[in-house]
Amino acid sequence: MLEFGILFPSVLNGLTTGAVYALVALGLTLIYGVLHIINFAHGASLMLAMYGVYLLKTRLGIDPYLALPIVVAAMFALGYALQRVIINRASHGRDENILLVTLGLSIVMENLALIFFKSDTRSIETAYTLTTVAIGPANIALAKLVAFAGALAASALLIWIVARTHLGRAIRAVAREKQGARLMGIDVDHVYAMSFGIGLACLGAAACFLLPAYYVNPQVGGGFVLVAFTIVVLGGMGSFAGALLGGLLIGVVESLGGLFLGESLGQIGIFLIFIGVLLFRPQGLFGARA
Amino acid sequence: MIRDLAGIAVFVLALAALTLALDSGVWLNFVMMTLYAALLAQAWNMLGGFGGQFSFGHALFFGTGAYAQAVAQLQGGWNPWAALVLAVALAAAVGLFVGALSFRYGLKGSYFALVTLAFAEVARILAVSVGFTGGGVGLMLPLREGVANLQFGSRKGFIVLIGGFVVAALLVTAWLRHSRFGARLQAVRDNEDAARAIGVDPWRTKLGAIGLSAAFMGAAGAFYVQVFQYIDPGIAYGAHVSVEALVGAIVGGMGTLWGPLLGAAVLHLLAETTRNLFGQLPGINMVIYGALLVLIVMFLPRGIAGLGVSVREAWKGRRDER
Repeated sequence: MLEFGILFPSVLNGLTTGAVYALVALGLTLIYGVLHIINFAHGASLMLAMYGVYLLKTRLGIDPYLALPIVVAAMFALGYALQRVIINRASHGRDENILLVTLGLSIVMENLALIFFKSDTRSIETAYTLTTVAIGPANIALAKLVAFAGALAASALLIWIVARTHLGRAIRAVAREKQGARLMGIDVDHVYAMSFGIGLACLGAAACFLLPAYYVNPQVGGGFVLVAFTIVVLGGMGSFAGALLGGLLIGVVESLGGLFLGESLGQIGIFLIFIGVLLFRPQGLFGARA
Repeated sequence: MIRDLAGIAVFVLALAALTLALDSGVWLNFVMMTLYAALLAQAWNMLGGFGGQFSFGHALFFGTGAYAQAVAQLQGGWNPWAALVLAVALAAAVGLFVGALSFRYGLKGSYFALVTLAFAEVARILAVSVGFTGGGVGLMLPLREGVANLQFGSRKGFIVLIGGFVVAALLVTAWLRHSRFGARLQAVRDNEDAARAIGVDPWRTKLGAIGLSAAFMGAAGAFYVQVFQYIDPGIAYGAHVSVEALVGAIVGGMGTLWGPLLGAAVLHLLAETTRNLFGQLPGINMVIYGALLVLIVMFLPRGIAGLGVSVREAWKGRRDER
């Protein structure tokens, strides 16, 4: 069982999925780091983005990779609006309220999708669907390699935005000290909404990279949301490097877990990691702050 | 306390009268399912409303009760009444286990919500994977009508059963409102550090609340199995039950005696109305539940039962604003 020829492709597959997980988790950790809230609708939003990609491909014939700017922009707009119109007004200063509101939003999104698209699992066909690339003993689907590279590039872009741009400086200022940032003339509500928008924009990119190799159904977000939470907690809440490493790690754990324990039981590993980290090391594996 | 007890007595009489008067199966079914939803909301309210610990995974306790009820009968040959006791006890034990772990390590707020959800997911995957739960296919209970078998020919029998649970939950809730334990629990909810400073042990207090809450969820799970004679991992541990429990309590009013009952009744009326308007559209109920959750948290954080207080405060707030 422990042969290189079996382990290597599994690890490689895990890394490609893990890169997309990392992108999803980066969006979540950005929102958490700035707004100090947990966006429970993250998975459902990803599902919406995936349906967006699906519709663009099946109705308008736009290739998922070309659809990237459209979906990213649409998700950004959705995130900006959600934060400004609903989430900001519902908090009443309590984090639990935001958790409840985002839970409510995720329920609405998932079940609207169920009404419009039925519970069927859908996937798209592209010219490169069956193309594989040989890397050593492994044959990896081309779409997965693109997802790996694309997710890493998008992550790098996000980290660059937060570290180097004017907006990024404002985001970091608000995350560190809200009142102080406000006194320096930063429009805090705008930065909040921008952060939420960018967080969801990550999902738009993730959806474009996922769909050529994955499928979509109304429940697909539920799986991702717990995985993303696990990664974010594992990497330390609000830490970008942690989310990136955590994503890759979880991707590999899931892939190896599936190899040794079978598909359904393999998932348990992720949840056990999640519970274990929450209980014993809530600051995350790489996080220093308590 | 006397007022609460009198209210509960009136509720029992009204429910008895309603059940005797009703003859149509549709309406009896409606009453039964409303009481069932009320029990879920009441159970959630004990921990979420009075203890301030928001669980997203109450299905864990529901499913434990449901599977205990089914497995004890099918694999153990237990009498359903004895199985019911086991179901409630096991659910409470699982509640204490999850509570002991998460409260011991100081999980609260969003983290507690997430960890309960993760526990429910682990249970769901286990139920799919292990043998004695019947895996993904689920378990089917054979039809054996009779009071001794906890299967009633008429919905009225089931209404007595679930009505009994609801009244028990009302009594426990009234006790939470007026007892020392309840006072400690509410103190922990409002300010844990302050509560600790005056000598309350937050850990034991929250543990008591989650045990009670889980026990009633277990009873609801056992009831579900007896009525529908079927359980599978998705029904037992899926998000639907957790959401129904939470939304019912929040819409009705957290931390109140009648809120969960009120919330469950409103939700069920809404669900029935939409079913009549739009037909059987899968998911439409959940859309309404989710939208209502968002709207209530936005505009009526005290729920329907706290409508009066909210309106008064909004009025005062407008007058005092800046």
